[in-house]
Amino acid sequence: MSTQDSTGHEEYYVPESSGMAISATIGLVLSIFGAANVLNDMTFGEPGAETNSWTIFIVGLFWFAATLFVWFRTTIRENRAGMNSAQLKKSYVLGMFWFIFSEVMFFFCFFGALFYVRVLVGPWLAGEGEGGTMNYLLWEGFDYSWPMMQTPQEAVGGAGAQLIANNGDFVSPHTSMAFGEVEHWWHWLPMWNTLLLLSSSVTVHIAHLGLLANNRSKFNIWLGISVLLALGFLYLQYMEYHEAYVLYGLTLDSGIYGSTFFMLTGFHGFHVAMGMTMLLIQWLRSIRGGHFTADDHFGFEASSWYWHFVDVVWVMLFLLVYIL
Amino acid sequence: MGDHHHGPAKGLKRWIFATNHKDIGTMYLWFSFAMFILGGSFAMIIRAELFQPGMQLIRPEFFNQMTTMHGLIMVFGAIMPSFVGLANWMIPMMIGAPDMALPRMNNWSFWILPPAFLLLASTLFMEGGGPAFGWTFYAPLSTTYAPPSVTFFIFGVHILGLSSIMGSINIVATVWNLRAPGMTWMKMPLFVWTWFITAYLLIAVMPVLAGLVTMMLMDIHFGTSFFSAAGGGDPVLFQHIFWFFGHPEVYIIILPAFGVVSQIIPTFARKPLFGYDSMVYATASIAFLSFIVWAHHMYTVGMPVSGELFFMYATMLIAVPTGVKVFNWISTMWRGSMTFETPMLFSIGFVVLFTIGGFTGLMLSIAPSDFQYHDSYFVVAHFHYVMVAGAVFSMTAAVYYWLPKWCGRMYNETMGKTHFWISFVGFNLAFFPQHFVGLAGMPRRIPDYALQFTDFNMMSSVGAFIYGGSQILFLYNVIATIVAGQPISDEKVWEGAEGLEWTVPTPAPFHTFAVPPQVK
Repeated sequence: MSTQDSTGHEEYYVPESSGMAISATIGLVLSIFGAANVLNDMTFGEPGAETNSWTIFIVGLFWFAATLFVWFRTTIRENRAGMNSAQLKKSYVLGMFWFIFSEVMFFFCFFGALFYVRVLVGPWLAGEGEGGTMNYLLWEGFDYSWPMMQTPQEAVGGAGAQLIANNGDFVSPHTSMAFGEVEHWWHWLPMWNTLLLLSSSVTVHIAHLGLLANNRSKFNIWLGISVLLALGFLYLQYMEYHEAYVLYGLTLDSGIYGSTFFMLTGFHGFHVAMGMTMLLIQWLRSIRGGHFTADDHFGFEASSWYWHFVDVVWVMLFLLVYIL
Repeated sequence: MGDHHHGPAKGLKRWIFATNHKDIGTMYLWFSFAMFILGGSFAMIIRAELFQPGMQLIRPEFFNQMTTMHGLIMVFGAIMPSFVGLANWMIPMMIGAPDMALPRMNNWSFWILPPAFLLLASTLFMEGGGPAFGWTFYAPLSTTYAPPSVTFFIFGVHILGLSSIMGSINIVATVWNLRAPGMTWMKMPLFVWTWFITAYLLIAVMPVLAGLVTMMLMDIHFGTSFFSAAGGGDPVLFQHIFWFFGHPEVYIIILPAFGVVSQIIPTFARKPLFGYDSMVYATASIAFLSFIVWAHHMYTVGMPVSGELFFMYATMLIAVPTGVKVFNWISTMWRGSMTFETPMLFSIGFVVLFTIGGFTGLMLSIAPSDFQYHDSYFVVAHFHYVMVAGAVFSMTAAVYYWLPKWCGRMYNETMGKTHFWISFVGFNLAFFPQHFVGLAGMPRRIPDYALQFTDFNMMSSVGAFIYGGSQILFLYNVIATIVAGQPISDEKVWEGAEGLEWTVPTPAPFHTFAVPPQVK
C-alpha cells in the first residue's frame, strides 16, 4: 500500500504473517526426502524391494509446486491491487538480479570443472607436466585427447584397472558430440539448437518492445513464438540425448567426457525448461488476464532476463563443449 | 495504515508464520544456539575419547562421525545461522528500515534450516552410520567409500545452500534499497557493511558448493567420474572446488564477527571507530582476496610449484587488510575512556585471540613449512582460534551487547564477566596446547595417539569441558535476563553507543521505523 504519511515519506509494505513459507518447506523437504530415498533404493537397496520413496517424492513435488503457484499468485495479486510501492518493486528487481548471479556461479562451477579436467588433469594422466608421474605409476598406456575416447581405466585394462579405487566401469563412446562430417553439416543438432535459442532471445526482446509500445498483440504473438522456439530446443535436445545413448554409446558412464557433457547440457536443459515455463506463465497472464502495462511488467521482465541468461550459458556451452 | 501496526500473532502461529524481521532473527538465534549445544556435545565426546591414549569410550568409526558432524553442525548450523539471525535483528534497525526487503522469503530461509539439520543429524542413526569423512568431505572418501547416508547429507547441504542464498539476497536487497534517507554508503554502521560484503560472498560460493555436492551425487548414483581418475576425472578436482567455496566460507564466518567487534569497541572506548573508511576497504579487500587463495588448503596434494607459489603469496597478502583491522581496533581503544562490561571483554578477547589465530594462519600460509603442519593438530588449533575465539566470542559479545535492547532487561553483569573469564581460560587451555602437539606431529582426526602427547591432550580435554560448561552459564544468564532481568527503559542502553538502533524505544517494539528516520 504505497500511501504517504504526513512527513511525505512512502511507507513500505510489510506483509502480514504468512503460511506460504512453512507450506513450501513441507513440500520441499518431503520431495527431497523422497528423492534421497529413491536414489538410495536404486544404488544401495535390495532389488525389487517395495518402498514408498517415489510416492513421497511425488507428493512432495506437487505440494511444493502448488505452494509456489499460490505464492506467486499472491504476489501478483498484491501488485495488481496496488499494494506494492516503487521501493518494494525495486526489492524484487534486486532479488531477481542477484538470484541470476547465483545461477551464473552454479554454472561457473561446472565450467570450472571442465576447464580443470581438460587443461590440467588430462595431460597429467597421460604423463605430461608436473603431475605426469601418475601415468607411469597408474595409467600406463593412456593417451589424452579431447573428447576423451578412451578412459584411463580402459587404457590400463583388465586386472590393473580393478586395483585402482573407482566407482564403476567407465566405457567410452565410439562417437563424440563434436562437429562431424562437413557434407552432413545439417545433421549437427547443436547448431540448430544454437539458432533456435539465439532467435528466441531476439523474439523475447521484440515482445518486450511491443509491450513498451502498448502493442498487446505484438507482445502476445512474439512471446508465444519464443515459447515455441524453447519447446523446439528441448525437443532437439531430447533427440540429441537419444542419439548419444543409442547411437554413439555416450552415456553418464562414459568417463569424464560423458560426465561433463551431460552435466553441463543437462543442467542447461533443465534451466531452459524452467525459463520456458516462466515465459509460458507470462504469456498466459497476458492472454487470459490482460496483465502487464508498458510501465509495470516486472514478471515478464524477470522471465526475459532469465531467458537471456539461459541463452548466454548456451553460447558458452556451444563454444566450450561442442566446438573447442 | 493502522492495520499494519499490529502486534505479533499469538502462540505458535507467531513463529511459524512470522514475517517480522525481529521474530525471524530470534528464531535464527535460538536455533543456532541449539545447534551450538548439539555440535558442542559432539566435541565433548571427541575430547572425552582423547583424554587418554588408547580407545576408551567409542569406536573409531563413531569417532570419525563425531568429528564430521561436529564440524558440519558448528559451521553450517551454529555460526552461520547465528550471524544471519543477528543480521535479521540488527540490519533493519541500523539502517532505519521497517523490515527486511523480502519478509516472506525471509521466513522460508529460516524454516528450511531445521528440517535440513534433522536430515543431517538423522544420518547418525542410519544403516552404515552417518558421514564419517570429515566436514570437508573429500572424495573418494565421500563418494566411493561413503556410507549410504551420504545421499541425505548431500541433499541437506543443498537445502542449507538454498537457505543461505535466499538469506543473502534478502540482505543485499535490504541494504541496497531500504536505507533511510541520508544513510549514505559511507555512513553505514560497520556491521551492515561487513554483512553486505558477506552476503555477496555467500551468493557467489554457495552455488558452487551446490554444484560440488551435485557432482558427488552423480558419481555415487549415476556412474559419472568427476572424482575418479579411472574415468579421466580427478579427486583433486573435488578439493579445488570445495576450497573455492570453503575459503570464502571462512570469511563468511569471520567478516560479520569483524562487524560486531567494530560496533562494540567504540561504544566502550567512548570514541568513534578509528579509520572507518579503511575498515570498509579492508573488508572489501579481504573478500576479494578470499577468491584467489583457496589452494593454500591443499599444499601437500601435489600441485605444480607455480601454483604453490601463487597461492602462498596471495594468502600472505590477506594479512595486510587484516592487519589494518587489528590496528584500527587497537587505535580505537587507545586513550579511550574504557570500561570493561561483558561485551567489551569478549571483544577484547576476540582481538587478542583472533590475532593469535591470524598469526598461526600466516605460519600455515608458508607452503614449505605447511608440509610439516599440514593435517596436524596445529591446524586444529589455528582454526579454532579463529572460529571459536573469533566468530563465537564475537557472537557472544553481540548477544550481551544487544540483549538489553532486544528484551528491555539487563543481564547479570557479574555472571557475564564470570562467563567471559571461564570461557577465556577454558578456551586457551583447550586449544593452546594443541599447537604444541601438532608441531610435535600429532595428526588431526584420529581417535588414538602416541603416549608422549598425553599430558597436552589431557589439558586440552579439561579446557574443552570448562569452555563447554561455561556455555550453560551463558544460557542461564540469557534466560534469566529475558524472564526476570532488571527492566530498563533507556533508549541508549550503553552511554557510549552510537547508531539508529539506539534511537528506538527499549525494548525494541515489534515494528520499528515504519516511517524512515532522517539521517544527518
